[in-house]
Amino acid sequence: MHFRAFLLSALHGVTSGGRTYHLWMGGLTAVMLVGGSAYLYQATHGLGVTGMNDHVSWGLYISNLAFLVGVAAAAVILVMPAYVLNDVDFSRAVMLAEGVAVAALVMCLAFVTANSPGFPWKWWRLTPVIGLLNWPESMLAWDVIALNGYLILNLAIPFYILYSHFTGREPEKKKYVPFIYLSVMWAVSIHLITAFLFAAPPSRPLWNSPLLGPRFLASAFTAGPAFMILLLEFIRSRTDYPISDAAIRKLATVTAVAAQINLVMLLSDLVFEFRFPTHHSMSARYLFFGLGEHDALVPWIRTGIAMNVAATAILMIHPLRRNHRWLVPACAMLFAGIWIEKGIGLVIPGFIPSPLGEIVEYTPTWVELGVMFGIWALGLFVLTILVRVALPIELGHVRSPYLDVSPDPRIVRPRATRQQYRDVRPVRTR
Amino acid sequence: MSAAADPGVLENGADGTLLQKRVDRREALDLLIGGVTAGLAAAGACAPLSAATPEERELKQLEWEQFSQKHYRRMTPDERAETVRRLERLAKLHHDEDVTIATTDAQPGVLFGYAFNISKCKGYRRCVEACINENNLDRRADTQYIRIFEKDNNLVDLSDGDATYQHEVPVDGLFYLGTQCFQCANPPCVPVCPVGATWQEPDGIVVIDYNWCVGCRACMAACPYWARRFNWDPPEVPLNELNPDQHYLGNRARKQGCTEKCTFCIHRTRQGRLPACVEACPTGARVFGNLLDPDSEIRWVLENKPVFRLKEELGTEPRFWYFTD
Repeated sequence: MHFRAFLLSALHGVTSGGRTYHLWMGGLTAVMLVGGSAYLYQATHGLGVTGMNDHVSWGLYISNLAFLVGVAAAAVILVMPAYVLNDVDFSRAVMLAEGVAVAALVMCLAFVTANSPGFPWKWWRLTPVIGLLNWPESMLAWDVIALNGYLILNLAIPFYILYSHFTGREPEKKKYVPFIYLSVMWAVSIHLITAFLFAAPPSRPLWNSPLLGPRFLASAFTAGPAFMILLLEFIRSRTDYPISDAAIRKLATVTAVAAQINLVMLLSDLVFEFRFPTHHSMSARYLFFGLGEHDALVPWIRTGIAMNVAATAILMIHPLRRNHRWLVPACAMLFAGIWIEKGIGLVIPGFIPSPLGEIVEYTPTWVELGVMFGIWALGLFVLTILVRVALPIELGHVRSPYLDVSPDPRIVRPRATRQQYRDVRPVRTR
Repeated sequence: MSAAADPGVLENGADGTLLQKRVDRREALDLLIGGVTAGLAAAGACAPLSAATPEERELKQLEWEQFSQKHYRRMTPDERAETVRRLERLAKLHHDEDVTIATTDAQPGVLFGYAFNISKCKGYRRCVEACINENNLDRRADTQYIRIFEKDNNLVDLSDGDATYQHEVPVDGLFYLGTQCFQCANPPCVPVCPVGATWQEPDGIVVIDYNWCVGCRACMAACPYWARRFNWDPPEVPLNELNPDQHYLGNRARKQGCTEKCTFCIHRTRQGRLPACVEACPTGARVFGNLLDPDSEIRWVLENKPVFRLKEELGTEPRFWYFTD
């Protein structure tokens, strides 16, 4: 009864809104349709329609995966203080962080799907017992467990809390806090495992570094909170959801620290690669300077690093970091800069030159770009839906209509909220 | 059939856990996807019967069986025989090919090794050609397992080689170095596979179950010798150039979306013949044999010639040595 009401009110929440909202969702749907048709074309014709080849056997899809796993893992930056350390500033934002994690994981799984030949029917082989999950040997098998487990955790915990609020109960700590601890550890491990996937084999010198795991974490804790700041600023400006200045300030500090650590690690890698260049440095040379006429990635990585350095500098200057006019563009730059550095700046040059010294460059095709934009639209779509469902419940605007006595007299039943959704900014009626 | 074919018995102890799982996967899978099959059958029944000839229906049935088939190492001898029959029939129905697919197991007391004489190789690339024909390599993508690198005598750096030379050979002052899958004793490509579709056989050959491979390409990223190839597009082999003498783990038809690699011509070498590249070499630069046989030529080379292997520092222990006269 309550559950049906929950679904109905969620459906109502995501389907009603102002013109901007409908335009936004319509636009995302259009991009998703383009991406979907690109994927259909790829799945029926095969991976030959991508720019990948025997030399560069992973491309844009795995690049995005490496980046987005980090964004998902970064939810821990809010989850740990809010639930474990009982930080009041993050208590309101944490649900949004979990929403970002879910959206990022959906994108991760979509990118893994896109990276596979044909449709993913063959994946029944990844299930234990029926198939053969090569665990614990294969790092990819670990990643399958890590990604799916983290997705379930990040769906289940917020759902339990939201549903409790919806049905007028206070969520019981002993029921969800153990899972919070689990998800904190899980967050770190999903990203480390993804790093180990690259770092462990000795075949690719650019990846084969013990620093890769920590570097992944540092860049994740930069890009993730940077995105959270953008999201929180947006929600703050459009709704009356109470996000304190303190929450944003704390997140900005975390981002500033992580961005500096990330740059230190980048510097450490650069010194290692270029102080005494050996064969080990060929991929790094290709990435930063190009090898002969092969220099496709040079403008990308230089742009990415310039963005990271500039944004980190802004965040390091207190008055600028506290000023939203500087903070927001700095966070956007960090997010984009790390996407370049960790995505195309890490996965693709790992394959160039090949282990036998041959240089074959990679250029993504329109199909790959279409699929990629489609998946990003899918992620934003999922995030919008989650925010749309969670916020009214957390604000206390939406409660189950089957409650005998409303625990909060200000609470409005779902039907009455229709008008509120028309206005972009929900108003508590009473 | 030897013990290796029995799922309950362990021959290759290294990762034998795989073989010990005696769950009947087929039954579980049938249960799980039985509903889907029933649904598809129901949907099929609605279509006009004239739309499907008996042959088309047989093809659909065989393809479904192929899709849901077990991992090769978990098949009983009977299931292997049935699988091979199905594959042969599919080759006939799909491409009108008459092929025989063997499932010959590794012979006891055999461990294959390979040696390459840099002094003798003149870069004719007859081995490459023979390999393409023998292993039914994709002609459209021009897949090649063997790379011959042309190198300057003064430069020993691997990355300075040119594998795409198009001129008369040999050239003075240059030497030639061939690479292929080295069948490492410690293969980095094997443990990375998320579904265990690639493994090392007791005779040292690293093989792939093409039907089980999900095409994630983790093995390609893990190989330090660039030995693996992927079927990005449907592979094409002209009917008149097809080698019908095939092995399940070797040169049988690959599908789009799976990885493949050199198997030391498993269909030949397990019957006591030489790999095609060795036979085709006009200069005698290639030596192949049983490392466990003290009288073999490969043992003689290893004992009497200065040998080296590529990237020895990685600890992959290739069973492929280079030597000079």
